[in-house]
Amino acid sequence: MRQRIVISGRGGQGVLTLTRVVAEAAAAAGHEVITTETHGMAQRGGTVLSTVKVGPFHGPLVGSGDAEVGLFLHADNLPVHGHYLRPNGVAVVNGSGAVGGDAVDADRLAAQVGQPKAANLALLGYAAAKGALFAGPDLFEATIRQIAPAKHLGGNLAAFRAGVEASR
Amino acid sequence: MTRQVLMGNEAIGRGIVECGCSVAASYPGTPASEILEAVVAFARETGRGMHVEWSVNEKVAYEVALAASYTGKRAAVAMKQVGLNVASDPFMRSAYLGVKGGLLLVSADDPGPHSSQTEQDSRFFAMFAKIPVLDPSSPREAKEMVALAFALSEAYEIPVMLRPTTRVCHARQAVPLLAPTGEKRTAHFEKNPKRWCATPGFVLGLHRELTVKIERLAADPRLAPVFFPGDGTRPRACIIASGVAFAHTWDVLDELGPAGAVDRFQVTAPYPLATEFIERVHAAYDRILVVEETYPVIEMQLADRRIAGRVSRFVPNEGELTPEVIRNVVGKFLGLPAAAPAAGARPAGARPTLCAGCGHRAAYYAISRTFPRGIFPGDIGCYTLGMNLGAVDTVHCMGAGISQAAGFYHAYAHDGGEVPTIVATIGDSTFFHSGIPALVNASFQKARIIVVILDNATTAMTGHQPTPQLGVTASGERGRAVSIRDLVLASGISFVREADAYDVERFAALLKEADRHCRSAEGGVAVIIASSPCVLTDSGRARASQPVRITEECTGCRECLDMFECPALVWDEDTGTVGIRQAACTQCGVCLAVCPVQAIVVESQAAE
Repeated sequence: MRQRIVISGRGGQGVLTLTRVVAEAAAAAGHEVITTETHGMAQRGGTVLSTVKVGPFHGPLVGSGDAEVGLFLHADNLPVHGHYLRPNGVAVVNGSGAVGGDAVDADRLAAQVGQPKAANLALLGYAAAKGALFAGPDLFEATIRQIAPAKHLGGNLAAFRAGVEASR
Repeated sequence: MTRQVLMGNEAIGRGIVECGCSVAASYPGTPASEILEAVVAFARETGRGMHVEWSVNEKVAYEVALAASYTGKRAAVAMKQVGLNVASDPFMRSAYLGVKGGLLLVSADDPGPHSSQTEQDSRFFAMFAKIPVLDPSSPREAKEMVALAFALSEAYEIPVMLRPTTRVCHARQAVPLLAPTGEKRTAHFEKNPKRWCATPGFVLGLHRELTVKIERLAADPRLAPVFFPGDGTRPRACIIASGVAFAHTWDVLDELGPAGAVDRFQVTAPYPLATEFIERVHAAYDRILVVEETYPVIEMQLADRRIAGRVSRFVPNEGELTPEVIRNVVGKFLGLPAAAPAAGARPAGARPTLCAGCGHRAAYYAISRTFPRGIFPGDIGCYTLGMNLGAVDTVHCMGAGISQAAGFYHAYAHDGGEVPTIVATIGDSTFFHSGIPALVNASFQKARIIVVILDNATTAMTGHQPTPQLGVTASGERGRAVSIRDLVLASGISFVREADAYDVERFAALLKEADRHCRSAEGGVAVIIASSPCVLTDSGRARASQPVRITEECTGCRECLDMFECPALVWDEDTGTVGIRQAACTQCGVCLAVCPVQAIVVESQAAE
């Protein structure tokens, strides 16, 4: 298994949490995985990027034109970070209408289940159920169960499942 | 053996605990902040009793750890690279005097830079001080190097630096966990004034000892570079790399397949560079590429004009060595056809801004509106973002805002005319870090400046580490609270007011009063402590809420967007007016005072 994933969003949208879930899931499935993420000033609402490399890689950064998958938590980030995708790469984008890529309104899905801050996991559920990622939804759901704080677990799972449902 | 997915900084923290370290000190700064937090967490989890502290600054942290090492215990100190500038005084001398218990210095570099005022290379600092430095390429390696650093430090009685970069600190990877060493050491400080007090007469001898230590280290097999042979088709060429640049070079060479099968070396200890390795490279290779971040530390020690590197400008001298950069450099070195140039310009992405409801925004709005011709030296923290609001004119280094404000005052005052109002802003953590000496100096030098201490009761930018006025330690225990107000009063400053910045009108009136004080016969420094707990913390979220909405009176003048920049206020292209993103709004109510036509109103009023 070799998969390079870029996760793009704005500070505060939960890019770090999403990165961690994807990394933990890959490790739980027995894959080598290495990631990197944005900390510091940019977390205050600026554009942030994480990368996840699943497979026998050494460095965490993804080169331009290398990523098989892009998870975009903000549609405006597609022109900013879309260049990381391979020509046949898959972009899963949080947005409605013709924003590019495979669009799903993760903000709305998360809000509908009362979890407006969990759009990140709704997007993940959608992408996993669509077969865009190295594993299906079961693995990611198990990972969320494992690492989510108890008080957020129910909400996190609800948002994730809303994304899974929306893919059907 | 259990493995756990850890961030690089967590892996380093885990390593510190596993190695039986007794005292760990740090000051938060990206990309190093999570190291100490991991030490706290893993010490608790494994039942290791340790003293762990967020010191007020890196110099203090270094000295605390250094003295702990004098007692024979292991000690660690962690900081970002510019933190080492602050700690450079004790650091430089500690190389000469040496240590007893192992002393690990983690100095985290930020090539790019992503969140720093320079992209300086701490490995140069290690070379400058004459202490060994280890350069990990991954979280896993960083943890292994913590153990090596402690062992070397004790074997040679010398501080050892671990130099991770952002892409190691903030990488995540499965890392093997070991049980902490069971060894218990008791503190025993053996007096030796010739060493621990070394006056200049003894320093020369200590310097000679240091030189010998470095020569022995350069011959220590544990510091020898790791060799990865190619397939022999390019026998006189090699690539030498270190840190995460080595990891990315490896990935790039893997992609190339047989074309990338060239001899390569990973330098794990860039200083002192192994003597035997230097000789081998000179003898065995004619074509040499050196890939390292961020300055040419390995390259300069190899001192070979044939090297393709930063000195010869073969490798860019600035910026992060991303896979794209390395791909170009390696391709050029191996004589491969150049990759197609990247497509045209890409949008820059959103710039960061203060959070919705942040008290700093209210304070900055009042400052820039009250003194349209003022000069506003700023400082380092979230509130640096006051530059978006036209209320921060300079940002230099920790604590510089107050000293620069005084410098501006003396320069203008010397001309004898009207001196502009000068307002320095500084956060609570930065005030404790290095604002105090600057304030004492400004006070006794009679600078007539306003200092606004933006007290959000935390170190917000780096992840909410506690500050001294809270009286809570890194381990979450009760310490002794230190009052900012008392420190200001003790600096000989008579004008000290505490204020709620959310009340913009009253805050603006207070700023004017402070200005009058500065300009009065007996005036000097005026200090306003603006208290507003960070909205990302529980106490900040607990503020009384004031839901607002925007009426049809909105003229679309954009004052609230351009001068106030609240992320909860959004431009509606269709109507040419402003709307509220309720999900983002914290209902702080400050925007009520911002709208020039009172189109922002309290929700209940509008409903009536």
